[in-house]
Amino acid sequence: MPQRANQTVLDVVTWIQRHAEPALAYRFACRVGVCGSCAMTVNGRPRWTCRTHVSRVARERRLRIEPLRNLPRLKDLAVDMTPFFEKWQRAQGRFTPTRTRAEPMAAVRPDSAPRRAADAGIECINCGVCHAACDVVGWDPDYLGPAALNRAWTLVNDVRDGDRHGVLKAASAGGGCHSCHTHGSCVEHCPVGINPTAGIAGLKRQSLLDLVGGGLP
Amino acid sequence: MTPVWLFLAQRLTALILAPLVIAHLAMILIVADGGLTAAEILARTRGSVGWGLFYGTFVLAAAIHGPIGLRNVIQEHTPWRGRSLDAAMLLLGGLLATLGGRAVVAVVGEP
Amino acid sequence: MIRPARNHPGFWAFVAHRVSGVALVLFLPLHFLALGLALESDAALEGFLAATEHPAFVIGEWGLVTFLTIHLAAGTRVMLLELLPWRDTRKGLIAFGAVLAVAVGAVFLVRAG
Repeated sequence: MPQRANQTVLDVVTWIQRHAEPALAYRFACRVGVCGSCAMTVNGRPRWTCRTHVSRVARERRLRIEPLRNLPRLKDLAVDMTPFFEKWQRAQGRFTPTRTRAEPMAAVRPDSAPRRAADAGIECINCGVCHAACDVVGWDPDYLGPAALNRAWTLVNDVRDGDRHGVLKAASAGGGCHSCHTHGSCVEHCPVGINPTAGIAGLKRQSLLDLVGGGLP
Repeated sequence: MTPVWLFLAQRLTALILAPLVIAHLAMILIVADGGLTAAEILARTRGSVGWGLFYGTFVLAAAIHGPIGLRNVIQEHTPWRGRSLDAAMLLLGGLLATLGGRAVVAVVGEP
Repeated sequence: MIRPARNHPGFWAFVAHRVSGVALVLFLPLHFLALGLALESDAALEGFLAATEHPAFVIGEWGLVTFLTIHLAAGTRVMLLELLPWRDTRKGLIAFGAVLAVAVGAVFLVRAG
């Protein structure tokens, strides 16, 4: 296939589908690192293929492209993301509103400690790279995984959320934050530079405070 | 036991064990000089309340810490989980506490 | 073959932590039984300790001392990462723990050997 300057792994997959294997199944949408749908395993590592230059990852001009690990394969390079999103729900990774749209917006100080903690994890694009990189997800099918727990941590720190205690409980149940062993594979691979391990550690601390009665601030 | 209680027990015992392990290692390195003898050990420990407390705490913390850790390992690397695993780990904790307690009595108690 | 996604210091620290932990918990009952020999008589413990002068025993003890140091260092790092609100993975602590374990093992071998 033709080599081009700034060619991405996604460009390669697209070229193969258009010119060599029309039945090849893979998933992408935005091509610019926003939508989080094009993650695959490239030379053994989970990556967002649209923002991964071939020149940076090809070893001796060879690329091995596989579907994401830790999720059921649908066809070729496309995996079923259902278990991934089900775990977001199990971790209560959804906002519980306390105001209606008729009320004024809540004023949240951007420099307050909880807001800064939430901001550190809020840019997740749900690409599933951390989920595929995590060893504990592979070993324990119940484990919620770094993405869902990172989301839970942002909500626990969102003072506008109406059920932060419920989120903390969901994230501390079986298969929750205490199953994390701090390998840091999610931190190594997150394409947008989030540190889910730090968020999960925050959940662990918060769950202990909850146990001794301190609860949420 | 919910995960958070097991987590708390594991980290609390770890916090207790850490300084004890440092002292234990320091002692091993100090007395390792040319091999150790029972007379040396027993002269230090026999009838000592301090060493009795030191090793008693050490044994109890390890008897809690070890089985919780091993339970995680077994759950993650084998299909064994559930009540039978929990029971086996409780048994292991009991075994460690009993054998360890016996060892403390052996080296601290007066014959 | 190590999976490329796993090949980073945090994963190796975990492997060392886990292997040393399993080894130590399996060794503990034997350690306690050996010390329990003092219940029989001082001479029984003395006889056992004399047998441990054998090089095979010294190598085994060296392994245990090294494992204990590894488990201490790796566990301390995990607790520092979990209990303090740090944002990075403190890989320096992994290197420190590895050096410490090798050093403690070496001192043990020099003194016992």
